[in-house]
Amino acid sequence: MNVQVNPTGIGASVKRSEDARFLTGKGRYTDDINLPRQTYAFILRSPHAHARIKNIDTAAAQQADGVVAVFTSADTAKLGGLPCGWLIHSKDGKPMNEPKHPVLAEGKVRHVGDPVAVIIAETLADARDAAELIDVDYEELPAVINMDAAQTGKTALHEVAPNNLCYDWELGDKAAVDAAFAKAAHVTKLELTNNRLVANPLEPRSAIGDFNAATGEHTLYTTSQNPHVIRLLMGAFVLALPEHKLRVVAPDVGGGFGSKIYHYAEEAIVTWASAQIGRPVKWTADRSESFVSDAQGRDHKTTVELALDKDGKFLALREHTLANMGAYLSTFSTAIPTWLHGTLLAGQYTTPAIYVNVKAIFTSTVAVDAYRGAGRPEATYLLERVIDKAAKETGRDPVELRRLNFIQPHQFPYQTPVALVYDTGNYQASMDQALKAADYAGFAKRRDEAKKRGRLRGIGVCAYIEACGIAPSNVAGALGARAGLYEAATIRVNPTGSVQVFTGSHSHGQGHETTFAQIVSDKLGIPIGNVDIVHGDTNKIPFGMGTYGSRSLAVGGSAIAKAMDKIIAKGKKIAAHMLEAAEGDMTFENGAFKVAGTDRQKTFGEIAFSAYVPHNYPLETVEPGLEETAFYDPKNFTFPAGTYVAEVEIDPDTGVLDIISFHASDDFGNIINPMIVEAQVHGGLAQGIGQALFEHCVYDEKSGQLVSGSFMDYCMPRADNLPSFSVAHTITPCTHNPLGVKGCGEAGAIGSPPAIINAIVNALSDYGVTHIEMPATPQRIWRAMQSVKAKKH
Amino acid sequence: MYDFDYKRPTSVAEAAATLRKAGEDAVYLAGGQTLIPALKLRLRKPSVVVDLGAVKGLDSIAENNDGLLIGALCAHASVAGDKLVKNRIPALAALADGIGDPQVRNRGTLGGSIANADPAADYPAAVVALRADVVTDKRNISGDGFFSGLFETVLEPGEIVTAVKFRVPEKAAYVKFPNPASRFALVGVFVAKFKDEVRVAVTGAGASVFRVAEMEKALGKSFKAVALDGIAVPADDLNSDLHAAADYRAHLVGVLAKRAVAACG
Repeated sequence: MNVQVNPTGIGASVKRSEDARFLTGKGRYTDDINLPRQTYAFILRSPHAHARIKNIDTAAAQQADGVVAVFTSADTAKLGGLPCGWLIHSKDGKPMNEPKHPVLAEGKVRHVGDPVAVIIAETLADARDAAELIDVDYEELPAVINMDAAQTGKTALHEVAPNNLCYDWELGDKAAVDAAFAKAAHVTKLELTNNRLVANPLEPRSAIGDFNAATGEHTLYTTSQNPHVIRLLMGAFVLALPEHKLRVVAPDVGGGFGSKIYHYAEEAIVTWASAQIGRPVKWTADRSESFVSDAQGRDHKTTVELALDKDGKFLALREHTLANMGAYLSTFSTAIPTWLHGTLLAGQYTTPAIYVNVKAIFTSTVAVDAYRGAGRPEATYLLERVIDKAAKETGRDPVELRRLNFIQPHQFPYQTPVALVYDTGNYQASMDQALKAADYAGFAKRRDEAKKRGRLRGIGVCAYIEACGIAPSNVAGALGARAGLYEAATIRVNPTGSVQVFTGSHSHGQGHETTFAQIVSDKLGIPIGNVDIVHGDTNKIPFGMGTYGSRSLAVGGSAIAKAMDKIIAKGKKIAAHMLEAAEGDMTFENGAFKVAGTDRQKTFGEIAFSAYVPHNYPLETVEPGLEETAFYDPKNFTFPAGTYVAEVEIDPDTGVLDIISFHASDDFGNIINPMIVEAQVHGGLAQGIGQALFEHCVYDEKSGQLVSGSFMDYCMPRADNLPSFSVAHTITPCTHNPLGVKGCGEAGAIGSPPAIINAIVNALSDYGVTHIEMPATPQRIWRAMQSVKAKKH
Repeated sequence: MYDFDYKRPTSVAEAAATLRKAGEDAVYLAGGQTLIPALKLRLRKPSVVVDLGAVKGLDSIAENNDGLLIGALCAHASVAGDKLVKNRIPALAALADGIGDPQVRNRGTLGGSIANADPAADYPAAVVALRADVVTDKRNISGDGFFSGLFETVLEPGEIVTAVKFRVPEKAAYVKFPNPASRFALVGVFVAKFKDEVRVAVTGAGASVFRVAEMEKALGKSFKAVALDGIAVPADDLNSDLHAAADYRAHLVGVLAKRAVAACG
């Protein structure tokens, strides 16, 4: 048989079909949409971190040039609050404290940037001018910034949350952990902060509300990673609109990194306001506004302890963390420091007993929610840091200590003490591959050579694991999720054989239009140019949960694969009829339905045509048409894992650091498009290195003002900060989804911060430095060297 | 951005007259690298913007006695790429080449930069270290006395910088430690060796550019990096912010000064 490799099928580095429009300015983003009779909304935001609103006088603004309407909470208080999608129970069994998150501030503002009023005008300039005429009488209250101070009961942001506590959650066997610590030969303790980050996608958020009075239909165009989730949350909880009268469109979206998962006040405001004024209402954030209104990431304060026996085997891990929620609960905020964090604490290791306690704290800052990695970077960072510290303290090589404690390939499926069952993996293989690429064995020589040049060289390793492909709906439900987490796909085969795939996943940079089309091209044996991927419009696509948590391929792709199986099964019935053969004798390969063992066949195109022109067709038993829908609910999470090795050099005079090399070895299971996967790893590494070395969202502890509120102070990683990455793969296919895939979107951001920090601490080991906080800026590195130097004297 | 009137005079005299007529809250616009963002952020509300972009004769570079006379409207990229500057004061060309990014370098101007007197700007270090004179439509101002504080100069209201005359040193080098986020100078040190003196001018570290007399004296005796050993710059009056506390800046002044001396060759 003549087997041909499909040049656009699974495993091929097909160039991204969407890039032509993105790179030539022909993408169509929300802000590119302009509707007839459109008005512009400007949101007046709080300049204070915490204040009582005594009065809002909008009279002058109402009369200003071009103003159509001005709304405050006097108008919107009857609307529902922005809902939180995940209920967490405290360790005492009580549900979390869940204050209302109003679309416009009601009585109080709780962070700089909290929306207070919306001004709708003929032009944005008119709206901005009018906003300055609004007189808000604030009574300033103390800001709540520091999470320790927040718990002292002095100032409560919300009446329903005494001591600013949202929940006090735990996971794991505390008694077993305490017992293990009692008999440990060595305990390593580390206090660390996981720094707060701003997502900063290239495209700021934007939303357009358009109410059609003739049909009663509301349309929201928005920068979202999950249009159906927005329709569900906004329709059901905020505006009380039925689904059939609410359409949500998320067109081309320029990056999200998590920050465009959530339902935001501005979406509800423009949708609601459009119905009030009978005209479309458009709002687009400028960058300054994004800094004070997009959900932010991370912000954990942690104490972690690792107990080891005399041979270096991990006996137990104990973690206490304060997790910053910000002023209000964003859509998935509560799940991040709990179920997406505590469950990852086994890492790649056989640690038999683990206990984690997380207190979630309200502060007068922008809400914190999932950001690329979401809970898993925090878990990986503390684990991989404390292991390195333990290795140093016990005189072991950090690689050998990890290897000693790895879960071995024969132990899968592996039940961790923190709820998850890892289906498959090979951690030694990733470690071997990364160390070989990085020439770990030759490091000492390179360090000595650097020393001669007056430079401090360090090497750092991180062995990460993450849980992706969220999630089996029944498991998520049992843990407090207020939604299912399946994905849907419809495959429509057109009469002439072209295929449209309607997916609930949403592409905002990931390249789904190419990857998903490759799966179809591969499975159906048709040219990739005959496949179109349709996403982002609730009036077009089946109910889907969207894109986050590296789930699009593992869950959305699996739904596509399932729908294709249905197409092929139906095609076999049609072909069997046309070829006068038994259905059971039909095979499908390379785009043709064949009678097994013969040369009799019908092409995919012939079957498609027959389905829509059913002249010679089994009409008694098979319906015409060729269109199938599948919903895929995952059986388990997927568990991408790998090893990253970073090598750095430090200029001891200034603390300036150069990343000399960065080697990644990832196991993402089967790979559809190696080029896209490599690019996803590159992007993730850049963001993770950004967290490790540059990015820091800082609030002034007294005033609550955002100190790093622009790119003049919030440092994004630039190309010249990064080395040329080396990316490689090992493969253990996922055992429970049809494609054997795991997800690759977040790995880079999860595994790189600990690798970098471990390398820095290694470089500074002669100075006695045992830890450095992120971002490890030149000043921090220099200061760490000074403080230890000073102690020695 | 608030509404404002926009004027585009074609001569220095006309520009000065236009501004004078427009009143107190009128402003000049040169390259706009500070003013335009401030306008967009509604941080400034001028009644009239007098754009100097069409004023003729302010964008030339010429040799003049013992110095280079550089027009105030020369963009940083023009200075960076100018053969005469590269040949006579390569350190100045290199400084201009390190300002901002290509967009900034092609819009921002020498006159605009020094008139704005941003404490983290690069040019003030060159003006002071290279014993420059700032030429205006009214007078010559010694570079030593031009900068008077944070975003402050001795320019009078309406006075227009027309050129800067830089003296050509025997040797010079500028070393910058960029703010990781903005890439302005967190600290920048310009060292210039003349026949009769050495100058060490520091930008980014304080409210305004300043000279380090002790370093100048030591380098005057021996123009070598080791001559600076043990000379510490006091941190007392230096800037502290998110990126660098005063003591770190003080430390960097010492490190960069040595590197600048070494770079002089």
